[in-house]
Amino acid sequence: MSPVLFELLIRSIWETVLMTGSSGLISLIFGLPLGLALVATDRGGIAESLWVNRALGAIINGFRSVPFIILLVALIPVTRLIVGTSIGTWAAIVPLSIAATPYYARIAEVSLREVDHGLIEAARAMGGNRWTIIREVLVPEALPGIVAGFTVTLVTLIGASAMAGAIGAGGLGDLAIRYGYQRFETSVMVAVVIVLIILVCGIQWVGDRLVARLDHRA
Amino acid sequence: MNQHIKAPADLAAASHPPASEDVVRLIDLKRRFGATPALDGVSLTVRKGEILGIIGRSGAGKSTLIRCLNGLERPDSGEVFIEGCEISRLGERELQPLRHRIGMIFQHFNLLSAKTVEDNVALPLKIEGRPKAERLARAAELLELAGLSEKAKAYPASLSGGQKQRVGIARALAARPALLLSDEATSALDPETTRSILALLKDINRQLGLTILLITHEMEVIRSIADRVAVIDAGRIVELGPVWSVFADPRSEITKSLLGGIRPQLPDEIASRLVPGTGAETILRIDVAGEAARAPLLSDLATALPGPFRLVHGGIDHVQQQPVGTLFLAVAGNDENHLSEVIAFLKARHGRVEVLGHVAGSV
Repeated sequence: MSPVLFELLIRSIWETVLMTGSSGLISLIFGLPLGLALVATDRGGIAESLWVNRALGAIINGFRSVPFIILLVALIPVTRLIVGTSIGTWAAIVPLSIAATPYYARIAEVSLREVDHGLIEAARAMGGNRWTIIREVLVPEALPGIVAGFTVTLVTLIGASAMAGAIGAGGLGDLAIRYGYQRFETSVMVAVVIVLIILVCGIQWVGDRLVARLDHRA
Repeated sequence: MNQHIKAPADLAAASHPPASEDVVRLIDLKRRFGATPALDGVSLTVRKGEILGIIGRSGAGKSTLIRCLNGLERPDSGEVFIEGCEISRLGERELQPLRHRIGMIFQHFNLLSAKTVEDNVALPLKIEGRPKAERLARAAELLELAGLSEKAKAYPASLSGGQKQRVGIARALAARPALLLSDEATSALDPETTRSILALLKDINRQLGLTILLITHEMEVIRSIADRVAVIDAGRIVELGPVWSVFADPRSEITKSLLGGIRPQLPDEIASRLVPGTGAETILRIDVAGEAARAPLLSDLATALPGPFRLVHGGIDHVQQQPVGTLFLAVAGNDENHLSEVIAFLKARHGRVEVLGHVAGSV
């Protein structure tokens, strides 16, 4: 592989890491509260409000039904509004985040829903309010699942970021398509695949270690 | 409702403090789930410092009742007074400070798996907004009381069921409550662990003067620690009184059936041979309590009337220091008059006698 291609590979790795990391973080910041809201407003939840629950569910399902490549293009006006441009790595972070947030909200919802209702009742019996229940019971008890779900979301985002080449965001997927596939640079294709395998395995390994450390359930 | 009122004077003094000291007063509590009433007009008081046991089969309304006391459940109608304060109409926010006055322990312990034992115990104080140093000091003190000091930094998953319930008890006591609610706290534990948990609750009741209301479906739990018992069936209290008195003279069918497991029963091989009419022997059931159980009843009977009398089965148990027992006596012969004399003699000695039937040969 030529030094030029190697430099390109390094740049692409950085772009992928940047896109995945930023949109992952944003999906965590917005997705977790959204997941909490889904659980809290559901029937028997700590802030039961079926109307809000259904509305949130419908919005999340709406975003999750749109294929990412369509979302990427459809969100161009929103992206321009937020980052000032509709092309490049930063521009890709907006649609990636908007796709990952409802995805992560659903994953977090599953973990939060699994928290034993008896624990919530115990916290209420101690005089805890909703905020106490969220802070002391729901989030800490669901934390292993919340972290495991975040790992899954990051790996999914690595895959999704490959499509971001469509709006000139670069990244490993874009490199593989333009050089590895369209210009028959097999070495680039192989290098990209190896780097992606290492990235995914690394994220999964860190995630699993973190979950093992956080999980005191058994 | 059957009120048992024949407690001896010393016992009455111990468990009947003035009415103004009632920790809990329930007035005509009603709650329905759909068409089925879970509570159908329950009125009850829990006196300061006593252990009141509520027993009933599953689905009798026990859980709903205990949850009404700290507002986890709302009655449809009726009033709930906790230390003189009516709570059934209060909002969740107004209930929160009151709940610091009420500790609760659960059948499945409900410990937070993500927190260490000491953090679990300290949680009610954290919720109350106490400083960290005070929380940890109090947690250490309570873990000492529960005999679990060395487990302070452990996570609940590494504890046995009995240890988990001890942590649950320590946690329930953290905020120095006036009332402890126990929701089937020993139902998930083996008999030996159950005894040790009940002993701990009794200790706490004595040492701290803590009022305890416990619900259970096991009469053994009531027998071990309760001062008074309320029997609940289909959302109604069908029997209420000092434990020994209810044990000695159960009035309702449900109470008799709940007592069945721990009181002497006529052995099946005899019961299956009972016939009405006449036989070689007549089987009597004699229930005795208090003075009647202390007296040399059988030897007096043998002296006063011709026998032979055979003790077939039975036993005398001590409930709240009161002897309570059931004897199954076989009276030989076919003589109706003789039998009437025997029954009259036993009744005169405050025994409750029931003719169960007759058996043909010797049993």
